[in-house]
Amino acid sequence: MGKSLKFLVPLVLFALLVALLFFGLGTDPRKVPSPLVGKPAPEFTLPVLNDPSRTVSNTDLLGQISLVNVWASWCVSCRAEHAELMRLSRELKDVQILGLNWKDTKEDALRMLKVSGDPYRVNAFDPDNRVGIHWGVYGAPETFLVDAEGRICYKKIGPVERGTWDTELAPTLDLATKKCKEPGR
Amino acid sequence: MTPELGHFALILSLGLALIQATVPLAGSYTGNRAWMHSARPLAWGQFTFAAIALALLLLAFLMDDFSVIYVASNSNTLMPTLYKVSAVWGAHEGSLLLWAAFLAAWGAAVAALSRSLPLQVVARVLAVMGMIGIGFLLFMLLTSNPFDRIFPPPLEGRDLNPLLQDPGLAIHPPLLYMGYVGLSVAFAFAIAALLGGKLDAAWARWSRPWTTMAWVFLTLGIALGSWWAYYELGWGGWWFWDPVENASLMPWLAATALMHSLAVTEKRGAFKSWTVLLAITAFSLSLLGTFLVRSGVLTSVHAFATDPARGTFILIFLCLVVGGSLALYAWRAPEVSDGGRFELLSRESLLLTNNLLLTLLTALILFGTLAPLIYEAMGWGKISVGFPWFNTMFVAVTPFLAFAMGVGPLTRWKQDEGERLVAELWVPFALAAATAILAVVFMPLTSGWFLVPLGLGLAVWLLAAQIQTVRERLRHKRGIGALLRDLAGNGRSFYGMILAHLGVAMFIVGATMVSNFDMEKDVRMSPGDSQEVAGYQFKFLGVQNQPGPNFMAARGHFQVFDGDRQIAELWPEKRTYFASQKPMTEASIDWGLTRDLYVSLGEPLGNGDWAMRLYYKPFVRWIWLGAVLMALGGLLATTDRRYRRAVRKSLKAPAGATASAGS
Repeated sequence: MGKSLKFLVPLVLFALLVALLFFGLGTDPRKVPSPLVGKPAPEFTLPVLNDPSRTVSNTDLLGQISLVNVWASWCVSCRAEHAELMRLSRELKDVQILGLNWKDTKEDALRMLKVSGDPYRVNAFDPDNRVGIHWGVYGAPETFLVDAEGRICYKKIGPVERGTWDTELAPTLDLATKKCKEPGR
Repeated sequence: MTPELGHFALILSLGLALIQATVPLAGSYTGNRAWMHSARPLAWGQFTFAAIALALLLLAFLMDDFSVIYVASNSNTLMPTLYKVSAVWGAHEGSLLLWAAFLAAWGAAVAALSRSLPLQVVARVLAVMGMIGIGFLLFMLLTSNPFDRIFPPPLEGRDLNPLLQDPGLAIHPPLLYMGYVGLSVAFAFAIAALLGGKLDAAWARWSRPWTTMAWVFLTLGIALGSWWAYYELGWGGWWFWDPVENASLMPWLAATALMHSLAVTEKRGAFKSWTVLLAITAFSLSLLGTFLVRSGVLTSVHAFATDPARGTFILIFLCLVVGGSLALYAWRAPEVSDGGRFELLSRESLLLTNNLLLTLLTALILFGTLAPLIYEAMGWGKISVGFPWFNTMFVAVTPFLAFAMGVGPLTRWKQDEGERLVAELWVPFALAAATAILAVVFMPLTSGWFLVPLGLGLAVWLLAAQIQTVRERLRHKRGIGALLRDLAGNGRSFYGMILAHLGVAMFIVGATMVSNFDMEKDVRMSPGDSQEVAGYQFKFLGVQNQPGPNFMAARGHFQVFDGDRQIAELWPEKRTYFASQKPMTEASIDWGLTRDLYVSLGEPLGNGDWAMRLYYKPFVRWIWLGAVLMALGGLLATTDRRYRRAVRKSLKAPAGATASAGS
């Protein structure tokens, strides 16, 4: 019997895999409801990417609408969304784009910005996922929409594409008061 | 009207697949020869109607029939004809149709080329392929019909994703799908053998050419995809460990293991149940890849539009196919004898090493790809497994694989002596060590300093060991004439193997050199400026606007000098496509065997200045040339006369008594 049992191992492993995939189907990775939505952005203080003597922290989020974009130079989707971030940084005058450079090296990150352009007002440098973990970042790119009071209105997982701002991000925000609309829209 | 005919053809194809999956199978158990004989014409019929559907979808694209939703979303009157053709498989519905058509084509090929197989085997193999066909055709008809109409029809289509408007990408998916689907043949053979309870050398020999052929397509498809990413994404990278790339690499690794394991089963009758498991695994991984790409479970740049209904369907299909076959395996495999015994030092044990390493690599990539899901399911929070993790794992496993690849072909079946192997292999080993030492002394130090001598040393080791293997084979014959006679005779699968292994050596050289010695410069340039990269002068002459058929391009002009001599002119472009307004970078590359010079346009910085990326990519072509060599090796192996002749021989002898066949 012991001999026959070992031939069941592949089937059991496959059953585990299916359970996992079934779980995965239920959770659309692009629409994970972040527990942070509607709450104040987690506390953070990080050095600035190109100037370690300065820091970025929550106070940089206050007073205006921010898009906090988590990115890395090794991430292909981040490159795909780069052009759209550039466009947003030109066209949305009262929105600042902050970068959270995540699990990256400074040289690679700076090189990417130099070449493709820099849509960010300032970039926080988080090579070891110290802040990312508190923000619930699980992959790049992710983009948080934060209102003028520092509350997270929306979390976008995956690349920001043409149309993402108008159809997904802006509707969660009251542009006149620069505040999130009430939780749950 | 024609789209409705296409829809109808699909339904007919499904109907035939239903019969193909049941009647011949029933016949194979009851001994009804007429029922078994129906398998071949049914396979032809299924293929004919799937091909008609594909042709009609192509027609809809060529005629700009925007009343078909799929055409309207992926084409445009301005698009060049080539891309109207490739748009057929440019998105989910059409690529699924291509997949189903290829599956039916493989079925028809089995029907055509199986004259020498026992009728019972043919009936069962085609029945299993019919079952898979049902799954894909149902999937298409229920959730993703490419012939759905829209009313009123739009005047203009939305255009194909600009990333896909490229000749390389026009043929990448068909090659890859041919590979994925081709693995269904090896799978069907394995299931048929399990159903019959007879896992013998004959079964392995029948599967071998099919498996190798599917592997050839898969190899070329992956290489083409990598090449495309290199010149089209404009970042000079050639592999990104994206979930979709991983989804194609995993079946490739499993199929590579399967090819080697089949060799052992055919020649020595060993590893039988392991080989069957690999055949099931390889095809399951290509189904899993389909699921991952189309269900939206993982995010990826390649991802098709996602839809939970589709994900659920594929998951159920995956459960039936994989779960069913693994259950059959658990039921039947214990009865299979373990077959030929072998000593610790023997070709069997080296091939086993190869299998275990390839399986380990597959498992690691599977884990890395699914890790975000696993973490989430376990409530451990969220993680992402990036590029560096995969690279580390890959570099940790492959050197052992390359080492074994040098020893394996020289080792004797069943039992070998250590002294004999040392006598054969000390020269290759010394050459490899000398190369590594030279690399340490003469190559500039880089951050991966030990990787360069390791990579180059392994490449030389592989090269020298394969040459030694050929010499050993021809020891008692003389000259080039003997080699040619060998090639004309029964040596093709042997030389195919040598060629494929040399392809691996070439790949290692390319990957090592480009990963450690590439140079790039990101600079702001004004017209007239020159920049030096790796000794080459890049002179920027300016950027002009140039309209294309469905885009406007800003086209840069470069002259490249080696010393005073102009060696190339490069025209990198930045395109904006009219319909989607998406910007695309078209790099311009001067290619060479030992280096590529690569220019890609960044952003305009005003006053005619541009941000530029200039790259020097040493030996990068070797990566894809290596893959081409592997594919050629596979192709050569499939033409080996031995397969056909041995099959005829096994017809006379009762199947099962053929364990001694093959040399």
